[in-house]
Amino acid sequence: MQKLLHINADKCTGCLQCEMACSYENYGTFATAKSRIKVFDFHTTGKKVPYTCTQCDEAWCLHACPVEAITLDKATGAKVVNEATCVGCKVCTIACPFGTINYVEETGKVQKCDLCGGDPACASACPTGAITFIDANWTGLGKMEQWANKLGNQPSAT
Amino acid sequence: MSWAGKILRVDLTSGTVKSEALKMDWARAYLGSRGLGTKYLVEEVDATVDPLSPANKIIWATGPLTGTMASTGGRYTVITKSPLTGAIACSNSGGYWGAEFKMAGWDMVIFEGRSATPVYLYVNDDVAELRDASHLWGKSVWETEETLKKSLQDPLTRVSSIGKAGENGVLYAAVVNDLHRAAGRSGVGTVMGSKNLKAIAVRGTKGVGNIHNPKAFMKAIAEKKQILKDNAVTGAGLPAYGTQVLMNVINEVGGLPTRNHRDNQFEGAKDISAEAMATPRATDGKKQLVTNQACFGCTIACGRISKMDQGHFTVSNKPQYWNASGGLEYEAAWALGAANGVKDLEALQYATMICNEEGIDPISFGATVGAVMELYDMGVLTKEQLGIDAKFGSAEALAFFVEETVNSRGFGKEIGQGSKRLTAKYGHPDLSMSSKGQEFPAYDGRAIQGIGLAYATSNRGGCHLRGYTIASEVLGIPVKTDPLEHEGKPELVKAFQDATAAFDSSGLCIFTTFAWGLADLAPQMAAACGEEFTTEELEKIGERIWNMEREFNNRAGFTAKDDSLPKRLLSEACKTGPATGKVNMLAEMMPKYYAARGWDAEGRPTAETRERLSL
Repeated sequence: MQKLLHINADKCTGCLQCEMACSYENYGTFATAKSRIKVFDFHTTGKKVPYTCTQCDEAWCLHACPVEAITLDKATGAKVVNEATCVGCKVCTIACPFGTINYVEETGKVQKCDLCGGDPACASACPTGAITFIDANWTGLGKMEQWANKLGNQPSAT
Repeated sequence: MSWAGKILRVDLTSGTVKSEALKMDWARAYLGSRGLGTKYLVEEVDATVDPLSPANKIIWATGPLTGTMASTGGRYTVITKSPLTGAIACSNSGGYWGAEFKMAGWDMVIFEGRSATPVYLYVNDDVAELRDASHLWGKSVWETEETLKKSLQDPLTRVSSIGKAGENGVLYAAVVNDLHRAAGRSGVGTVMGSKNLKAIAVRGTKGVGNIHNPKAFMKAIAEKKQILKDNAVTGAGLPAYGTQVLMNVINEVGGLPTRNHRDNQFEGAKDISAEAMATPRATDGKKQLVTNQACFGCTIACGRISKMDQGHFTVSNKPQYWNASGGLEYEAAWALGAANGVKDLEALQYATMICNEEGIDPISFGATVGAVMELYDMGVLTKEQLGIDAKFGSAEALAFFVEETVNSRGFGKEIGQGSKRLTAKYGHPDLSMSSKGQEFPAYDGRAIQGIGLAYATSNRGGCHLRGYTIASEVLGIPVKTDPLEHEGKPELVKAFQDATAAFDSSGLCIFTTFAWGLADLAPQMAAACGEEFTTEELEKIGERIWNMEREFNNRAGFTAKDDSLPKRLLSEACKTGPATGKVNMLAEMMPKYYAARGWDAEGRPTAETRERLSL
């Protein structure tokens, strides 16, 4: 079963535990600036929204890379950057329609979410369930259940 | 260790910025944030200094756990000598600024002297420089943040700044970060303004990485987060209702000071409560409360984000206030509401937004307005002097006064001096509901005996956050004590004060203590900083910090007679509710408090106490 990071922005409080977890997993340091998941705080509306790579099947970044540094991890479905191959040309950052692959000045390479090899640290760290790692085929299950519950009839007793 | 190990020293007079190594022996003895920043201040500043002179210093300090993944690890403290009280000023804030500063690789920044022209400090990791802020002077906190983010071309920059109130010398001006989180009390923003320092803009990309035992740390913080989640206050009450969950609770115990403490229960409490914020308005069918919001790293998320009724008289022709913005928290709702008898929830939200926008402490402001309204009621102040009919309960007067005060216009100039100076000027000093010149927050010291003692002995003047005995006396945390009983309170107050000093100095939020004790902080500190930080060691550090602050105040000229409460709390009994007939029994409690502290009759730590605490 392939799993996906699923975002429910209504539950996000803006605590940035996900950003710290991401940077700690990848760099061993708590540095929100290095995180591959970003929480956007729209302060005029009060909306907080975590955003990261959705692992496109036909990934623009992967197709655009001239040195094939971005490959599919068959086990997780993640599109993974091979740092040894990446030449830092940044064409992928132009190709990606969503902005979720970005250049890192310190390394001269690009970085993106790789689903932490199948156990994403951001989802584990999220205290409210705004970020979950769930069955890719059933990301709508929670919402379906929520709406189904509104329709419920009482058990028929008559 | 999870200290960055480096501090910035900024000489505003000469315009120089230097990096220094953190004194690690001080860090181990005073942790960080409140304790460590205060240690630097008391070692470097003469306690008798004029707070608004260049000889005073002002320090922004993070804690060892600031910027880590420990829950609530986003706090910082601003420390200076207070222009409002003349005592130590030590104001804590959340939001994101503290963590950003720590992630830039710094534990604290010390400002000395006074700049000849307005400046701001720009910090981007190792780069730290003073820059011209003449284009920011006269701007609000909100405009300052927006302008800096635009001009630096970096929306992720975090800003800690003052608004017009701090520039204009309002004595309780706040330092505000991330639009609506504030180091609110004691006039730390006034000192900032007196130095011509407008803002600190920070971008930190290095992160916090030098955790003593990372594996143990990740395990400890996960366990402690679970405790917060499972606790009724931190896991349910605060995220749903915010601190405003207290409004009806405190009113029911008869401890909600009303109309400048003339009354101890407010007939309008329910109208300005958390429940009211979450109820659709009759006018537009919308709730004032939009959502909750966490500070950096916080798994509680008590912050409020609210939206006003666009038709309300305060904003109907001011669309700039129609957006979502920082909402009412309990102390502000009380000070702007019950303290003045105002029960118009929209007017309170307007006033709290102006407090955030221009940077003032809503507690001292609201309580001072309460005193003004009482003087007006007595006929001492007139409509002509005030510029408005200031009867108790007037939302119009509240809205008018907040604008006049932040802009230092008309009678607002006098309100901006605080209730102690204002009531003395008009011949009624007993009507200032304050200790050491700082106004009380939202709990009546007659109905809740321990908090009265905590107010009288607080090192920064009237304050609930030095020793929040409400937890025990009203909420039963960690054990229930009778709020009307004064026996046993001196020891309770001391225990709360010492534990709070340790929590404040770790870089975590004091609100965790609804669910945690020092025994929960200790494993997180030990894993992050070193095994020596046991529960017992943290207790001792907390007590050491308390005594250090006390000795600064003693050197500044405070004596035992300043550990006092206004006559009203000692001789005018509560009129209604469960506390009817009660006054605060301060005289009974004080000798026992001094004994528990190991202080002499003048309130000075004895030689034995100093030695025990390695002072």
